[in-house]
Amino acid sequence: MVFQHDVLIVGAGLAGLRAATEVAGKADVALLSKVYPTRSHSGAAQGGIAAAIENEEPDSWEWHMYDTVKGGDYLTDQDAAEILAKDAIRAVYELEHMGVPFNRTSEGKIAQRCFGGHTSNFGKAPVKRICYAADRSGRVIMDTLYFDAVKKGIKIYPEFHVLDLIFRDGQAVGLVAYELATGEVHFFHSRVVMLATGGYGKVYKVTSNAFASTGDGPALVYRRGLPLEDMEFVQFHPTGIHGLGVLITEAARGEGGILRNGEGERFMERYAPTIKDLAPRDMVSRAIYTEIGEGRGINGQDYVHLDLTHLGEKKLAERLSDISSFVKIYLGLDPAKDPIPVHPTCHYMMGGIPVNTDGNVTDENNRPVPGLYAAGECSCISLHGANRLGCNSLLDLVVFGRRAGKHILESLDRLDWLGAPEAPERAALERIRRLRENRKGEKAGSIRRELQQVMMDDCSVFRDEQGLQRVVQTVRELEQRARTLAIDNSGSRFNTDLIDGLELLNMLPLAEAIAVCALHRTESRGAHSRQDYPQRDDEHWLKHTLVRRSDQGVSIGEKPVSITRFQPKPRTY
Amino acid sequence: MPRFRIFRFDPEADKAPWYRTYTVDAGPGERILDCLNKIKWEQDGTLGYRMSCAHGVCGSDGMRINGVCALACQKLVKDYAGVEEIRLEPLPFFQVRKDLIVDMDDFLDRVRSMRPYLVREESPPEKESLQSPEDHAKVEDAIRCILCACCTSACPVMWENPDYVGPAALVWAYRYLYDSRDSAFRSRLEKLNEPNSVWPCANYFECTRVCPKNIPITKSINFMKREIKKFEFPQKIE
Repeated sequence: MVFQHDVLIVGAGLAGLRAATEVAGKADVALLSKVYPTRSHSGAAQGGIAAAIENEEPDSWEWHMYDTVKGGDYLTDQDAAEILAKDAIRAVYELEHMGVPFNRTSEGKIAQRCFGGHTSNFGKAPVKRICYAADRSGRVIMDTLYFDAVKKGIKIYPEFHVLDLIFRDGQAVGLVAYELATGEVHFFHSRVVMLATGGYGKVYKVTSNAFASTGDGPALVYRRGLPLEDMEFVQFHPTGIHGLGVLITEAARGEGGILRNGEGERFMERYAPTIKDLAPRDMVSRAIYTEIGEGRGINGQDYVHLDLTHLGEKKLAERLSDISSFVKIYLGLDPAKDPIPVHPTCHYMMGGIPVNTDGNVTDENNRPVPGLYAAGECSCISLHGANRLGCNSLLDLVVFGRRAGKHILESLDRLDWLGAPEAPERAALERIRRLRENRKGEKAGSIRRELQQVMMDDCSVFRDEQGLQRVVQTVRELEQRARTLAIDNSGSRFNTDLIDGLELLNMLPLAEAIAVCALHRTESRGAHSRQDYPQRDDEHWLKHTLVRRSDQGVSIGEKPVSITRFQPKPRTY
Repeated sequence: MPRFRIFRFDPEADKAPWYRTYTVDAGPGERILDCLNKIKWEQDGTLGYRMSCAHGVCGSDGMRINGVCALACQKLVKDYAGVEEIRLEPLPFFQVRKDLIVDMDDFLDRVRSMRPYLVREESPPEKESLQSPEDHAKVEDAIRCILCACCTSACPVMWENPDYVGPAALVWAYRYLYDSRDSAFRSRLEKLNEPNSVWPCANYFECTRVCPKNIPITKSINFMKREIKKFEFPQKIE
């Protein structure tokens, strides 16, 4: 069946929803989501959304911008950071007006709290900048936007997995999608396609990400020969629940929680003397791994303690109730009485599909691709540079989701309906047929497990040349093995076995891109920490990476960083 | 090694539902969802179920575990210690689409019927609308809802009266009825006074018992019933 809409948005998390609600009523827009609506991973965001609205303390958008740039270790494009920090204030009020149930101050204003890397006076002290709804900020914002989308009558295609982007004369003219409920493959014809598919933390063994976070959007773009940007920058959140990787929000430290090593020491005092436990995530994750590596994990094991016992039951109930329940359910511990065993967990991809500040996808020469947009974690503006600050992500989604929506509306005047190429779904059908007919090959599970293990072992918080070469080689071997991937389910209804296979075929090239770019960048910056090149090297590496893949293999190009207000300085906290 | 007896049904291929038994190599601390994944990835790729976040936030994996509606990612193997066979079935009441996957459109339509969004008569102020912490606290329980549908499918009234809107929709009604920023209190209350809104609730408390987010659902429904009575809609209340 062929479907037709002016604008197709892939992904119904915050970025997709915010863009769709901007377009609705002015053009025909539809959302496709591979999960059922309201299951998107934006809903797992806990801590809040950053904005200098000064409800609790003096603050300024300029400090927020500075923190974003410094947090990103000066790889952040400063034009984008300025837009973000300025527009944050409007964006938070907009969410409040829509009904988001933010916690309140005694005067009835939106309450604010501290978070890692957010400071006053250009790094002098932590500042209360984060607007929040307990520790379920993402979920309540997503539900609010979802029901706004429903109210606006936006067409949603639930449980549709996108398989291909279709171009005509260089313009995106639609996509091909697999309908989970029926097993049918459909062509969707459009004038604009926007990707808002989220991250791909599932390439790692330990991650806070949902099973659905497999990088389908970046993989679609990459397969079409377009570049991906800054893929080497992968954020590990310092506090994942031991073993599981389930996120314990940074708000736990924002509210006063303390990290302690096996000797009971508050070790962050040594790594970030000024803001201690509220240092940015990359620094805290390195600190935890260093403590563990030097034998100071709890009982010499691979975790440290997050101590919330002094916060009191009232604060835990009012502001940290979800994470308290996670700890009770999965560990059988009570955070009011017991310290929580934690270690870093793969959390966020700074890299992704290159876009300009209007959300328009750009090619290897930095030229916009007509009709193709992206926003949210799957994109790279680059707003978060080499390391994203907490609570800048929800903000990114609503600020740049809306901007993409606005620019899409403007661009529709210039974008004609172009005819689709003949049989646009042919390649996707062929891919599915091959998977279905392979009876003797390997199942996705074993290849995925090896992929996640090697990425975790040699391409996570600390990296070096030898390990990265091992990753590149292993991932390439796994991709070879995946050529004969087999599934046991030949059925057409809700065939998630097939989806597992298709997702693995998306993750493998992205993992290779991460490792190749990490090998290429011979310096340490933000979340990319090379033990063989421990210093930041602005002379050679103050630039973005663009990676492309063709029949000839992987090639790496570059793109300049936008520096407007803040010249790079050593990054200490 | 826990053993599972799992409901199977493909409405296109099967005349009737059937059960299949699987034994899984899983430790006591593993989630029921981890066991399902092991079954699908290692034993039987034809098994159908939904999942995503795996820690009780997205609401995808509601199902009936040993007869009780729950999230498979929030229950651990050790929670069923001593149980010979852990029975997994789809959420009751809603139509089964495949195995443990049920139709959620019906569920969301019920929630949507309660206007789950802010209705404002006046345009909002330049900054935030003020709301006291006490007013915020009124909706604090309700905003924990993750739309997993456990409550609605566990409610015995749904079987007697399929037109009853169900507990989840009423949680969303409560959430906006008591949002101090909303200006549709009266019309929301009128909606709640309709025959298939709050009144069919017969205080079974099943919804409250199964809610993975510990929302006091029955209590909230009773609170709204009393609110309607206080409001004195003359002709509608019996």
